[in-house]
Amino acid sequence: MTASQPALRVCGLAKSFTVHAQGGLSLPVLHDVALTVSPGECLALVGPSGAGKSTLLRSLYGNYRADAGSIRVRQDEGWIELVGAEPRTVLDVRHRTMGFVSQFLRVIPRVPAVDVVAEPLVRRGADAAEARQRAEFLLAMLGIPARLWALPPATFSGGEQQRVNIARSLIVDYPILLLDEPTASLDAANRDGVVELISQRRDAGAAIVGIFHDTAVRDAVATRVHEVVPPVTPSGAAP
Amino acid sequence: MSGPLLSARGVTRRFGGRVACHDVSFDLWPGEVLGIVGESGSGKTTLLNCLAGRLVPDGGAVTYETQSAGSVDVHRLSEARRRLLARTEWGFVNQDAREGLRMGVSAGANIGERLMAVGARHYGEIRREAADWMARVEIDAARLDDRPGTYSGGMRQRLQIARNLVSKPRLVFMDEPTGGLDVSVQARILDLLRGLVGGLHLSAVLVTHDLGVARLLTHRLMVMQGGRVVEQGLTDQVLDDPQHAYTQMLVASILPV
Ligand SMILES: Nc1ncnc2c1ncn2[C@@H]1O[C@H](COP(=O)(O)OP(=O)(O)OP(=O)(O)O)[C@@H](O)[C@H]1O
Ligand SMILES: Nc1ncnc2c1ncn2[C@@H]1O[C@H](COP(=O)(O)OP(=O)(O)OP(=O)(O)O)[C@@H](O)[C@H]1O
Ligand SMILES: [Mg+2]
Ligand SMILES: [Mg+2]
Repeated sequence: MTASQPALRVCGLAKSFTVHAQGGLSLPVLHDVALTVSPGECLALVGPSGAGKSTLLRSLYGNYRADAGSIRVRQDEGWIELVGAEPRTVLDVRHRTMGFVSQFLRVIPRVPAVDVVAEPLVRRGADAAEARQRAEFLLAMLGIPARLWALPPATFSGGEQQRVNIARSLIVDYPILLLDEPTASLDAANRDGVVELISQRRDAGAAIVGIFHDTAVRDAVATRVHEVVPPVTPSGAAP
Repeated sequence: MSGPLLSARGVTRRFGGRVACHDVSFDLWPGEVLGIVGESGSGKTTLLNCLAGRLVPDGGAVTYETQSAGSVDVHRLSEARRRLLARTEWGFVNQDAREGLRMGVSAGANIGERLMAVGARHYGEIRREAADWMARVEIDAARLDDRPGTYSGGMRQRLQIARNLVSKPRLVFMDEPTGGLDVSVQARILDLLRGLVGGLHLSAVLVTHDLGVARLLTHRLMVMQGGRVVEQGLTDQVLDDPQHAYTQMLVASILPV
């Protein structure tokens, strides 16, 4: 990959929610969003609560459906358009190119933490023992005590679950990483571990888009800032 | 293979004057798990049976890409060829395990029968493989010679799954595979299915009314209401950003999944 070639290009992105339970009320959130992220960059999304930061990040991952515009991802020396793409195209991009750290771990019944973390690597065809080793390394680095590795994370604390989630998303070296408040429920020591991992990924050439409420974290990882402007509600309508 | 494994085009089925499923079209690609969700009576089982050739649609067509004989119209096959396909390349997991098992023969024979359908002849090997699958679905191998009638509901369901997956089918149809089972048994079966679907790289069409099951096992989701598909897309997108009024109601009316 050429260093100057961006990894992610967004333009004209629009997203609104239609709430049928409220008579088809339309809630515009994103309007004409444009951004570009290159390898080695970490773009921080900033804006007040409710501005649409998470909505933007989820739209980039294909978790929310964009109404209009373009989200293009660099893959196999070409560009893949995600707006309007077939599910299998989005899944392929998630599988090989784009990782997402959500705020909460979705617990899978009966699966031990170490396997939850190793799974994305195993799914890509990695050797199971090797994937496990890497998972244990990441869990240790994120301060999860070894006695918890063999347990399903359902009973873990919020901060422990979040770190399992981070380990799961960082076990594959995705060229693009999307992070929604990865340090939200962590104490200072654990937060530093996460900051270190994210910085390493950025310096190794990942293109990162993230939401970081903690300004110290943002200052440590972000190379640029993108302002998400709160939606303008039509005058007269309730916000 | 470069094309879809299974294609439905305009599949429609009526019972008397009532439309049970109307104009359903989709492509299922190799390795994909498609979920069908919707309320009771919305046509999920009818659609699944039409896809698997168990029910003849009044309109539309279902095409399947066979392993070696090219693509076939499922409803134009002779009964004999359809049965052969169902025994060798497909699996069908019934909601009621008693319908998917042969209750008069042992658990081992239930599993072994499928292996023989795909050409296994060596008795010792069939028995060994049957025992191996009993272990995979967490049934004590000592129960190999017992009839399924002596099993609990959850064990029977796991046996039905073993019977269907032992011959490594390319496509599995499942109708509420965890319906009617208690929560801990459900979790075991889900865990089992998750591992098998990922590990064997099989394709599946899974009918469920449980959105948590759909979230865990499927890549794509089709939402049915009154026999029609009202919304379809990537599973997490349909569940997290539902577009249709009915899907929004469905998602809002359950605990977070
Ligand atoms: N799935 C959804 N369905 C309906 N409305 C939604 C959905 N997701 C987000 N919204 C709405 O979109 C708007 C933007 O929400 P979003 O979560 O993107 O804000 P945010 O900038 O991330 O805020 P915060 O900093 O508080 O996390 C809010 O009004 C929210 O209620
Ligand atoms: N053999 C039949 N004869 C007459 N009507 C039928 C028959 N099978 C299904 N129906 C009708 O077709 C409609 C769809 O039924 P179907 O069994 O496909 O629903 P479903 O979505 O699977 O429901 P459930 O979640 O309760 O299993 C229903 O109105 C049902 O009464
Ligand atoms: Mg947010
Ligand atoms: Mg049914």
